[in-house]
Amino acid sequence: MSTATDTQHDHYTESHGLTDLGYIKIAIFLAIITGVEVVFSYTQEQLGAAFLPGLLILMAVKFFMVILYFMHLKFDSKLFSLMFYIGMVLAVGCYVVFLTTMHFFHS
Amino acid sequence: MADTAVHDDTHAGHDDHAGHHTSTGLSNNKLAMWMFLGSECLLFGGLISTYMLYRGRHSANLGPDQVWDIPFTSASSFVLLMSSLTMVLAVSSAHRKDDRNTKVWLSVTALLGSLFVAGQVYEFTTFYREGLGFTTSLFSSSFYTLTGFHGVHVTVGIIMLMSLVGMISRNKVPGNKAETVELFGLYWHFVDVVWILIFTLVYLIPA
Repeated sequence: MSTATDTQHDHYTESHGLTDLGYIKIAIFLAIITGVEVVFSYTQEQLGAAFLPGLLILMAVKFFMVILYFMHLKFDSKLFSLMFYIGMVLAVGCYVVFLTTMHFFHS
Repeated sequence: MADTAVHDDTHAGHDDHAGHHTSTGLSNNKLAMWMFLGSECLLFGGLISTYMLYRGRHSANLGPDQVWDIPFTSASSFVLLMSSLTMVLAVSSAHRKDDRNTKVWLSVTALLGSLFVAGQVYEFTTFYREGLGFTTSLFSSSFYTLTGFHGVHVTVGIIMLMSLVGMISRNKVPGNKAETVELFGLYWHFVDVVWILIFTLVYLIPA
């Protein structure tokens, strides 16, 4: 019984790709990125034109780290990814068009 | 053959209800949760876009630059981020069939979520006392609507987590316990992901 449970756990770790320690490492990495984001917000003038793209890249890294590893999309069926990305792409596309129509980027 | 059976039962996303097969070979519950989260992208996308559009529509002394408390919000963000870690540890424990640790991690997640909501209530109260009401400006309306909707999602998540802890304690979780915990986890992580966007787009990028 114990062997069966161990085997199940091994298969779980294998299919999900990460151990508990792996999740802790990712959480530490995410916390560091959050710290860097806050530093960015206080050094806006020094960073100049790099401020906005830098902040957006850090945000995107955090976003994808959570959905790929914590939500297991990296290791799960592609159909789950498809369901989520369809909604996400639809939302981004729809609201970029909306904001463009409202002259958001122009102003 | 035996190995294949174990692998199929424990493979991520596969429905391991005894004798329950789906046409996709995947868990219908999990598929439905991902579709729901995809649709939630549209809801929060609309709220974030509306805030972006109206964030400059405020009086001279009650705008984002005057009211934001970045260190406080950063601490709240850190708390919610850590709740994602405890949630994923709960899912991991559930897959190991370790009920005790599953309940502990779910409870810690609910506690961290409560701390985040308490911080949001404190923040809203502070803003209100400074004169920023819901109808003060288009900026305040869109800000309270966006962060309020997120706060409601976190609150619903906390209620679900505590219900799940109670159900596990009474051994009344229907179907596969590990998958149920994983579904709750997906919702919780999504709430965290939305806050990652809000924290950067609303708080860190100046109006």
